[in-house]
Amino acid sequence: MKPGSIAIVGAAESTELGVLPNISEIQLHADAALNAMRDCGLKPSHIDGVATAATQPQAIAHYLGITPTWVDGTSVGGCSFMLHVRHAAAAIESGLCKTVLITHGESGRSGIGLTRAPVLPASLAGQFELPYGTFGPPTMFTIPVLRYMKTYGLTEEHLANVAVIQREWAAMNPRAMAQAPITVADVLASKMIAWPFRLLMCCLVTDGGGALILTSAERARDMPQRPVYLLGSGESVETPMISQMADFTSSRAFRVSATKAFAEAGIDHAEVDHLMIYDAFAHLPIYGLEDLGFVGRGEAGAFIAERNTAPGGQLPMNTNGGGLSYMHSGMYGMYALQESVRQMRGIAPAQVPASKISVCHGVGGMFAASGTIIMGNQRP
Amino acid sequence: MAEAKRARPQPTPETRHFWEGAKHGELRLQRCDACRHAYFPPRPFCPACASREVTVFRASGRATLYSYVISHRPAPGFVPPYSIAVVELEEGPRMMTNVVGCAQTPAALVLDMPLEVRFEALDDEISLPLFAPAVRAP
Repeated sequence: MKPGSIAIVGAAESTELGVLPNISEIQLHADAALNAMRDCGLKPSHIDGVATAATQPQAIAHYLGITPTWVDGTSVGGCSFMLHVRHAAAAIESGLCKTVLITHGESGRSGIGLTRAPVLPASLAGQFELPYGTFGPPTMFTIPVLRYMKTYGLTEEHLANVAVIQREWAAMNPRAMAQAPITVADVLASKMIAWPFRLLMCCLVTDGGGALILTSAERARDMPQRPVYLLGSGESVETPMISQMADFTSSRAFRVSATKAFAEAGIDHAEVDHLMIYDAFAHLPIYGLEDLGFVGRGEAGAFIAERNTAPGGQLPMNTNGGGLSYMHSGMYGMYALQESVRQMRGIAPAQVPASKISVCHGVGGMFAASGTIIMGNQRP
Repeated sequence: MAEAKRARPQPTPETRHFWEGAKHGELRLQRCDACRHAYFPPRPFCPACASREVTVFRASGRATLYSYVISHRPAPGFVPPYSIAVVELEEGPRMMTNVVGCAQTPAALVLDMPLEVRFEALDDEISLPLFAPAVRAP
């Protein structure tokens, strides 16, 4: 993709986020989609491309009354939406469609109208992981960290600090689920979930939705919102089984995806004004900062503790409060993208002054997949 | 009400040798005849070089503790806290397991500690490989 040739012209979350027992998953998709279409003045008849995850694009297209000429049902977990952005850009650039709607909706907290498939007992994960009492991401995503801690000397305090600093960002965001300040001592005194992870090192579990609309940079000129240009993107996958991740101190999918995105955008790390790293758990920004190349191996815990990613720091990260404090429906990538768009439009609740380039990095499954989107508010 | 049990693996044609072995107290891996790569989980070709010439063999059952969590959440068939671990087998591959036969505490579960396999029968067909602190010298 040529940097700047595609733009995000519509972006919105569901009207409400949080605990929403009166809305099903498909309606969370639709609520966000209707908000995103209103954001850019489009109607379903203007949309000719549909992408979504966990559910299928035909379900979303039909529910909204869209007749697409291009669909993408890539469903690799919470970063699926980063991959959709990347695929949509390629589709628009090659003429398969003109205007793509990407939707997410998830009743992660209330469980109304769920569409996600369970792990089946004859799958490899069903045979070789599930029998050992894995019970959702808190017992799987967390397994590599003790190896990282032994290798690099990362401490429980370092992990706690990630949550503390993200809560500082959340305190500036009226839509954040958790806004009350916390200390390292609070995090280390919170309920043990899966050693060494305590409750406040784990993401929230909430309901919500989000949607994005993309089109060519040329057509974006006629749209009401300030265009947010796609500068570069990357994607990769590693393994659906956490036990088979090659290196427990670094994600191959992160490295491959980010390397591709930075090369495509033709930027270096010093040019990045704003960063989102999908934080389902407190160790993910640590792995992300290193695997994306912002700091060296083993340096990210101290980098965060030294307040480089905190309000006022040189590399503002997870400025909505992140999955730890803003919201986390299960597939958080859409909310990370929404915050990058808000920052590039200049309308974020905790706006980073004069920011021009945002990197938005997602994870899918348990280090199973990754997608990286680099966006900017100036066309190169 | 029936007692909640842990999830039972459902073998497939490509994994049956593993579960047959486990039933007989053997930890079975596969090795590529072409490049000698030993691997897990089972499949009838080598993930390193794609050769279909592979041989099932009995692993030593010796391993070291690579990483783990201690889950404090209720789960069917488990009494929290319990370890969910990844061990590195002497032959190279890693696999998920539970470390048993010791306290489920950070003090008792030390990374790189030597472990050895033991099998726990779920029923007549399925036995699960679990790992305990090694008694034998490695």
